[in-house]
Amino acid sequence: MVENRPILTLVSHLVLIFGVVLVALPIWITFVAATHDAVRMTQAPIPLLPGTHFLENLKATLFGSGLSSAEAAPVWRMLLNSLAMALMIAFGKIVISLLSAFAIVYFKFPFRMGFFWLIFITLMLPVEVRILPTFEVVANLGMLNSYWGLTVPLIASATATFMFRQVFLTIPDEMLESARIDGAGPMRFFIDILVPLSRTNIAALFVILFIYGWNQYLWPLLITTDNDMTTIVMSIKQMLEAAEQSPQWNIIMMTALLAMIPPVFVVIAMQKLFVQGLTETDK
Amino acid sequence: MASITLKDLVKAYGDTEVLHHIDGQIEDGEFVVIVGPSGCGKSTLLRMVAGLETVTGGEIHIGDRVVNELEPADRDIAMVFQNYALYPHMSVRENMAYGLKIRKISKDEINRRVEEAADILEIRPYLERKPRQLSGGQRQRVAMGRAIVRDPQVFLFDEPLSNLDAKLRVQMRLEIRKLQQKLGVTSIYVTHDQVEAMTLGDRLMVLNGGYVEQFGTPIELYDRPETMFVAGFIGSPAMNFLPAEVANGVTTLSNGAQLGVAQGQGNVVLGVRPEHLEPQEDGAIEVQVQLMEQLGANTLLHGALKGTDTEMVVSLPGHVTAAPGTEMKFGAAPENMHFFAPDTQKRIE
Repeated sequence: MVENRPILTLVSHLVLIFGVVLVALPIWITFVAATHDAVRMTQAPIPLLPGTHFLENLKATLFGSGLSSAEAAPVWRMLLNSLAMALMIAFGKIVISLLSAFAIVYFKFPFRMGFFWLIFITLMLPVEVRILPTFEVVANLGMLNSYWGLTVPLIASATATFMFRQVFLTIPDEMLESARIDGAGPMRFFIDILVPLSRTNIAALFVILFIYGWNQYLWPLLITTDNDMTTIVMSIKQMLEAAEQSPQWNIIMMTALLAMIPPVFVVIAMQKLFVQGLTETDK
Repeated sequence: MASITLKDLVKAYGDTEVLHHIDGQIEDGEFVVIVGPSGCGKSTLLRMVAGLETVTGGEIHIGDRVVNELEPADRDIAMVFQNYALYPHMSVRENMAYGLKIRKISKDEINRRVEEAADILEIRPYLERKPRQLSGGQRQRVAMGRAIVRDPQVFLFDEPLSNLDAKLRVQMRLEIRKLQQKLGVTSIYVTHDQVEAMTLGDRLMVLNGGYVEQFGTPIELYDRPETMFVAGFIGSPAMNFLPAEVANGVTTLSNGAQLGVAQGQGNVVLGVRPEHLEPQEDGAIEVQVQLMEQLGANTLLHGALKGTDTEMVVSLPGHVTAAPGTEMKFGAAPENMHFFAPDTQKRIE
């Protein structure tokens, strides 16, 4: 729309700026809080301009035990745990969904559609619904307090399987036939043709799943008791309740800030592929 | 190089038989075109030869091997698809080399073959491009290049020109023919376009409803169509069919006009091609003109057999003018009159 109405432009900009401020203000406050010392953070009113203790706080948060209570793991360890969990969930989900979608679309086996619907039905069973039996199974397998316990129960994904199925269905049959004439076996076709053709969709899904994995709260809380396995998202809540003292807002906010960085980084780094993967239909 | 033999070939999906007992022998180095209307089973037949469809009954031989149970890759064939089926994420070079790479042929040999094929097809400047950066005609060449580098015993073409515009189609048609003659590879080409079929094929297999109507050279099909279907399908505009009755060597048309040429007995269908009708003073076939089409080199007169509803087309060389409603008399040489049995649709000799 090409129009030249200054009032309209002004109003629309005001609305947009208001929206940006609304979204950005909490993040700004988090950042500001992370730059002051603990004493300043207990005084009212809360500061709105950055202080001078950023590096100090960063160091204390990353390498100290975060809070003065000694039993908590340092935050760098939590970041590492979160990163490992998010990556394992994202990669695991993508690999498993790609393979199941491949089986469902390209192979004829008895009850093929039955299996598809069975996978689809699990959409109705997120972790929260099946939390007790899943915990039981994981505990019996001895996977408590391990990366496997953190990730394996979350890896099966009906959404991703369904999405890859739709992607594969748009790839013309001639592609498969051409590959067969070229002498490519099923796995070769999968790796050489299907995966590269689904590249943008894989990237889009990776972004979504990485954030899904990173933001896991309930399941890690349940499965880990060892401080070395704490993830950063659950630790923020624990910090608030920590050891009968007033919350150390500067450290907590620094932790929150650190927890935000990896997802933001993933989104920014993969933005182009992400948009392509969700909008492009042409193969 | 190899010959291809189809023996009593049957294809059925469940209880529905779509190809009925097809026999045929394709000689080494021959270019055979399978032609027919859509849904006649021509693509299915080609895909059975390629190994992309299972064989329900009968045998396919390539060379001296029965290939019924062989994977497409083991049949030593190459196929060019209608929509080219190039791998979009690979460059032209990679597309052409992919099959060779899987066969574990050495890098030098692959490069040599790819570049040789690229030179033949004049696509060398595009080797490093992706298919989406190429025009339709160039993609078509790449698809053919991919077939050539394999150095197969048989080329299979599945309507490869139907996505191109009319001018390019004519040009590519000639190139395919030249290429096939140069390489001398046995080829099967599927199309629904009878002009393409006539110009390309050493021999044509006309398929209709899963049956082979006729298998012969283009000229045989044109001069001596075995069935009414072939007669109507080959040649443009299509042959005129006039219901008639034969008694004592005289053919009586439905409007009572009589011709001295006859085959068979009783009810017949007389077939005459539009271009074989000649204006004659005492011609027995009288046409009432309804519409005229001036094509420059020739003129098409659309009308009906006088006194009936039987539609007719006459093609006359040069410029002819005839006002709607004009009645004109035509005759045809005896060898250009074809008689068919109305019940079996077969030619009567």
